[in-house]
Amino acid sequence: MDVLKKVPVREQAAKVRATNFEEVCYGYNREEAMEEASRCINCKNAKCVQGCPVGIDIPAFIHQVKEGDFEKASRIIGEASALPAVCGRVCPQESQCEGKCIRGIKGDPISIGKLERFVADWARAEGIRPEPPKEKNGKKVAVIGSGPAGLTCAGDLAKLGYDVTVFEALHKPGGVLVYGIPEFRLPKEEVVQAEIENVKALGVKIETNVVVGRSVTIDTLLEEEGYDAVFIGSGAGLPKFMGIPGENANGVFSANEYLTRSNLMKAFDDNYDTPIAVSRKVAVVGGGNVAMDAARTALRLGAEVHIVYRRSEAELPARVEEVHHAKEEGIIFDLLTNPKEILVDENGWVKGMICVRMELGEPDESGRRRPVEVAGSEFTLDLDTVIMSLGTSPNPLISSTTEGLETNRWKCIIADEDNGKTTKEGVYAGGDAVTGAATVILAMGAGKAGAKGIHEYLSNK
Amino acid sequence: MITCKKGEKGGMYQITRAKQLTDQIYLFDLTAPRVANSCLPGQFVIVKMDEIGERIPLTICDYDRETGSITIVLQTVGASTMKMARLQVGDTFMDVTGPLGRPSEFTEMPIEELKKKKFLFVAGGVGSAPVYPQVKWLHEKGVGADVIIGARNKDLIILEDQMKEVAQNLYVTTDDGSYVRKGLVTDVIRDLVENQHRHYDYCVAIGPMIMMKFTALLTKELNIPTIVSLNPIMVDGTGMCGACRVTVGGEVKFACVDGPEFDGHLVNFDEAMKRQQMYKTYEGRAILKLQEGDTHHGGCGNCGGEV
Repeated sequence: MDVLKKVPVREQAAKVRATNFEEVCYGYNREEAMEEASRCINCKNAKCVQGCPVGIDIPAFIHQVKEGDFEKASRIIGEASALPAVCGRVCPQESQCEGKCIRGIKGDPISIGKLERFVADWARAEGIRPEPPKEKNGKKVAVIGSGPAGLTCAGDLAKLGYDVTVFEALHKPGGVLVYGIPEFRLPKEEVVQAEIENVKALGVKIETNVVVGRSVTIDTLLEEEGYDAVFIGSGAGLPKFMGIPGENANGVFSANEYLTRSNLMKAFDDNYDTPIAVSRKVAVVGGGNVAMDAARTALRLGAEVHIVYRRSEAELPARVEEVHHAKEEGIIFDLLTNPKEILVDENGWVKGMICVRMELGEPDESGRRRPVEVAGSEFTLDLDTVIMSLGTSPNPLISSTTEGLETNRWKCIIADEDNGKTTKEGVYAGGDAVTGAATVILAMGAGKAGAKGIHEYLSNK
Repeated sequence: MITCKKGEKGGMYQITRAKQLTDQIYLFDLTAPRVANSCLPGQFVIVKMDEIGERIPLTICDYDRETGSITIVLQTVGASTMKMARLQVGDTFMDVTGPLGRPSEFTEMPIEELKKKKFLFVAGGVGSAPVYPQVKWLHEKGVGADVIIGARNKDLIILEDQMKEVAQNLYVTTDDGSYVRKGLVTDVIRDLVENQHRHYDYCVAIGPMIMMKFTALLTKELNIPTIVSLNPIMVDGTGMCGACRVTVGGEVKFACVDGPEFDGHLVNFDEAMKRQQMYKTYEGRAILKLQEGDTHHGGCGNCGGEV
């Protein structure tokens, strides 16, 4: 074995998976995991742990994998993370734990994500469940949103003995893990529901169909329903559109809508009632992970799919692995291309999109080179569907209905990074509601910080 | 304080009254304490019948904070609403979320100011369901309002008796003249204002998009500020998906969080009507599937055929 090379992971062949919604990556088996774990040099001052937003003791769990004690490995991960099977699949490890791995200086870093996933999948198959704390402390905390931030915060507080209720606006818990990330990247029943069951096993209650700000306000939760503190992890919010002509035509969707129909409502499955556009040729505008998810969903539903992105490949915000998978499956990348207008037929449906070629100019405030139009380079893409994946702006529902909860100039809730403290006493926040759209693991980190902040607050109260 | 929590599935969202109002319109009372406790006129719920069901936005027609019950009214337009129409007392909806949307603007105005205004409500067809709680709310606050109910024919008039109890004056009209009078709601408005010299400060028109469009055109001419309630396609109802976007005064708004009520003189109705057609072929196919089983594979000219 070449210690500089990671053990490759098995995947469903690109041609086959492009037509189904089964998971792309098969993950390691026992032997592969143990072999990969044996590459870890067990650094004393482990850089990988510093790269993990929830601070998993990575060398310790990998050591247990190497020894074949997967149960111990899963307990070590479980101390820090409530959602290891999710994180093992969707974390951008290359820029976090694996990005800091010493092995990565000369050769491949340890496949920490794949090992985490293996351990979590093994524990699930073995029926290993976290145990609720022996003693409750009698204090009640409300968590708003059952996405990665909320579940993490709820899990951590439950472990400390709090009586935690999570309020979810949709009919299923999981937030972006359920409505946003597709089945082929993150299986819903098998992985997401199972990890939510683990959080519930800690004693966390989840009440679905509660839109905080409408069904009940934060002030009512604190003043009338007896909660001692609230954590807001309500997520990213409203999808952005470009503001170009034709954007309200039939056949133009936000990536959120398209993915929610397919993921949460299971429109890809004929047995479910929710419809989704059956498209011939689709343009997905944007270059993030959400754009890749929407593109690969449309491809699986039978369309020819183009990613239209105004910068070059180097600037694509999506994970390299996602871009790689998308290309393998046959997504066409129209880079340095920007939409100008959506063309609409006489019945109000999309029939094409006028785009212009771009070139990269001087760096802008984000440090990336600013794309500028190439004069006279307009051309028309013939299309029947456009999916806008341009990010989100904060949902004002909670901030506008909570007295004393302040937002910044981007309308995100103001909260302390270290402990989630907001401008309102007893109210903590974290995740996309605070930072704007980011990643699952950063939201989990914020959920953890919020739990710590709430514990400090209620311990001193 | 809410005592009935979800999780005890049997107790939640249980139907306590089911009534067919017309050929296509059904009324249900159901237990939904959180909704009943906080809803106001103008708001709506999203219901999902079972695991495989769609999320369907529906009007809250009435509510009882004491019993934790709400009344919803639905018109069968697609396969999902047809399935819901078959539900009976004792059955449950799997999910009911709400209240959603902003309450009617007037619920936030001082009562004294409301009492100075002359209100006109215009309800078209199933639009009586969202209009009723608004008129009732005003009536309970001592504010009188005139109401016009219009429908294609006598059989499609709903909530006439209930409306009579809360309206100052009730005018009923049918397109075909099969009941009370023959004419469109706009004919009645014109008659009231131009012939009977009634003055109105505030109009609320709710019904089919085409009726709201023409009512708004007329009230603009008559200089009556007018609110309409839009019912575009929605998925989550919390602002997340943007399916319900409408253009109001040249700006894109999301009906679920910015509405559903908007200034009728600023709404781009033509665009809104086109957007409502988005899933027509899918709905057609789903209805045929419901009626004929999964044996229909196109050729009817309605469903778009097999794709």
